[in-house]
Amino acid sequence: MNAPTPRLALSGITKRFPGCLANDAVDLEVLPGETHALLGENGAGKSTLVKIIYGVLAADQGEIVWEGQPVTIRDPNAARKLGIGMVFQHFSLFEALTVLENIALGMPGERDMTALAARVKSVAGTYGLPIGLDRYVHDLSVGERQRIEILRCLLQDPKLLIMDEPTSVLTPQEVEKLFETLKRLAAEGCSILYISHKLDEIRALCQRATILRGGKVVTVCDPRTETASSLAGMMIGSELARPTPRDQRDAGAVRLEVEDLDLVSPEPFGIDLKNVSFSLRGGEILGIAGVAGNGQIELQEALSGEVPVEPAGAITIDGQPAGTLGPAARRKLGLAFLPEERLGHGAVPGMSLTDNALLSGYGPKRLLAPGGVIREDRTRAFAEEVIERFDVRTPGVEAEARALSGGNLQKFIIGREIEQRPTVLIAAQPTWGVDAGAAARIHQALFDLADAGAAVLVISQDLDELLAISDRLVVLHLGQLSEPLKTADVTAEQIGLLMGGAGTPAGADLGSETAVQ
Amino acid sequence: MIRLVPRSEPSAAWTYLAPVFAVALTVAAGFVLFALMGYDPVETLYHFFVSPLSSRYGVAELVVKATPLVLIGVGLSIGFRAGVWNIGAEGQLTLGAIFGGGLAIWLHDSESILLLPAMVVFGALGGALWAAIPALLKTRFNVNEILTSLMLTYVATLLLSALVHGPWRDPEGFNFPESRLFPDAGTMPILLDGTRLHLGALLAVVAVGVAWFILSKTLLGFQVKVVGAAPRAARFAGFSQARMVWFSMLLGGGLAGIAGLSEVAGPIGQLVPEISPGYGFTAIIVAFLGRLHPLGVLFAGLLMALSYLGGENAQIAVGLPTAVTGVFQGLLLFFVLAADLLVRYRIAFGSSPEAKAA
Repeated sequence: MNAPTPRLALSGITKRFPGCLANDAVDLEVLPGETHALLGENGAGKSTLVKIIYGVLAADQGEIVWEGQPVTIRDPNAARKLGIGMVFQHFSLFEALTVLENIALGMPGERDMTALAARVKSVAGTYGLPIGLDRYVHDLSVGERQRIEILRCLLQDPKLLIMDEPTSVLTPQEVEKLFETLKRLAAEGCSILYISHKLDEIRALCQRATILRGGKVVTVCDPRTETASSLAGMMIGSELARPTPRDQRDAGAVRLEVEDLDLVSPEPFGIDLKNVSFSLRGGEILGIAGVAGNGQIELQEALSGEVPVEPAGAITIDGQPAGTLGPAARRKLGLAFLPEERLGHGAVPGMSLTDNALLSGYGPKRLLAPGGVIREDRTRAFAEEVIERFDVRTPGVEAEARALSGGNLQKFIIGREIEQRPTVLIAAQPTWGVDAGAAARIHQALFDLADAGAAVLVISQDLDELLAISDRLVVLHLGQLSEPLKTADVTAEQIGLLMGGAGTPAGADLGSETAVQ
Repeated sequence: MIRLVPRSEPSAAWTYLAPVFAVALTVAAGFVLFALMGYDPVETLYHFFVSPLSSRYGVAELVVKATPLVLIGVGLSIGFRAGVWNIGAEGQLTLGAIFGGGLAIWLHDSESILLLPAMVVFGALGGALWAAIPALLKTRFNVNEILTSLMLTYVATLLLSALVHGPWRDPEGFNFPESRLFPDAGTMPILLDGTRLHLGALLAVVAVGVAWFILSKTLLGFQVKVVGAAPRAARFAGFSQARMVWFSMLLGGGLAGIAGLSEVAGPIGQLVPEISPGYGFTAIIVAFLGRLHPLGVLFAGLLMALSYLGGENAQIAVGLPTAVTGVFQGLLLFFVLAADLLVRYRIAFGSSPEAKAA
């Protein structure tokens, strides 16, 4: 074979963590100018592998060959020296500094700010990454923040750019722009290692895909010749169970009513909620779309009761004013809440599943005897019931929450909330980072709950998910809600525009501002 | 390079064997240390570990010393579990002594059997009130409780000193800064004739039992653990962090107050300017040594008490310098903590970890 020397070749990479084999003799080859997908379920070992490439972790065994030379990558600095750049899922930016200052901080030895600014501008122009260098990071959207991180990498003239789930926080329009940038980079010979579980994106962007399952390479294929479901099949090793589509039903009585909800965010760079109003009927699934950082956290906290709001009538659950109530009191009214963070918010990492079942179930499931004594038998039975009904894969109820994979823990948490028979369920990012099989199960559970007469609110950044499961959609932008739309009548593009701020007064302002830039 | 790698599953047997192992290592290290210093190691170790426990009186003394440590340690361990850092148990102990002891001085003619129980209640109240100050500042103004509770310790000590030098000084006490002796009805009954073992020891055992029940069997204890381990999950469940601050401060303060009262109504028998050799601070070590578990605290309290008692004994019997007893106590703590660490971690050599089955 007369193939070009691969830019990066891994052979036999093995990495063990206590109690788990994260990478098992993984081979990977990325050619110059290639956009290579790394595909796999959560827990398949993708993150571990890229951390080894970027020098964050050291492999136990195996060899890394960079442009034909065996190398040891001790730390991210060494990786950058070789020409490896990485854009993480979570950005490391200082909110109180400007774009240029943030970039300068990442480049030690760079003293001349004017020269740096000129360089940044020229790189930004070449790759279609427009950004105001003097703007403060806290004013920027997530997409713009990601641009800073990409610019940071590009300034180092990388030969390999690693992108970890880059589109999970972007609007469809922003995704398109990102793809243009990536395609231009690839055309210039930069290799891209693209990590995602969004199969359509991978099919649109990548020439080859390495599929990981359980830490092992399953296969290397050309995603352009595969279908989304064949890719998913290779990823999870079995056929996808699709949720049965729901019949449109007549909605029942109003179960959750939010009226003129205003909330000043307690966080320094938080988003205030302004005049948020919507109502949700039994049997209905309402989706709230929006780019992260537009008030989702604040809205979740206000709805769950973690941050009570004035007046009490701003939030009504089944006819009862609930704005001033805390989470436990709202749970008594029939509300259940599924937080976006599983570990540390929806579950206590170091506690057993039994204890985690008690966390929100102690009231609704009557797990307490008089005097606040825990009824251990009933708590255990409740945990076992959730594990069985929601197919949670775990050694047992005494396993610690942190020992479960993301998808299994999410199934446990969602099961715990649904088994309490809520009349209103608020689900934030119900399938974030969850593999396709678990996602299908979770969607089915939400459907079943709505069919049983409960009102379901799904707050998600995954537009495909919302379009697939919700009856109506609203878009949250800068703390304001758009008019509700019937999901059947809208397109992804329409929603994308609203996510960018076209539907709200504040968004219109920002739109003109961006246009000036 | 030497690194510590967490074990995936700590061995259950070693969890319990580790302290025994640590004591054995301490003895071995002490043997070398004493021999190098020219003391007869066997004799010194005998005076450290065996002779304090070889008489009924010695065992009773051990329990007398352990009583305040366990009482306070149990309360603190619950607070530490909830992430509430009450460092001021020494001050709460002092206030407990002032409140309970004050009642005894005020009712010095009383012969009622209700006097002692009332003093215990007052002691708990005094300690809890003193702890309520940092709790209030914490929940209302978000003031760091480590600083406020620690600083209040010095206020408490000065308050006690002012009282026994001034208004509460014994009128027949030849101007010594001491209160009058408590009446018999206000003194802890002796549990074992011929020793100083008093009712306080029983209170400590009850406190251990109650704390264990609360922590492992009730929603309240569950709330303590969740608030400490994952504050956001606690908010999600509707557990109030402020309530946990109040609960653990009042409980810790109350138990420290009872410890103070049981000292002045027990071995001391009156109010004096110095009522504690730092029990409130030592109890912090006891709480952690006992792994913040009530039963662990019980054993840790006894171990600490033995190290103090043995140290004093060895000083008297073989003339060991105070500094050396301090070193020896340090060795004991070092080995206990190191053994504990090695139960949960193993040592790995080299920069890339060889992941053999642990």
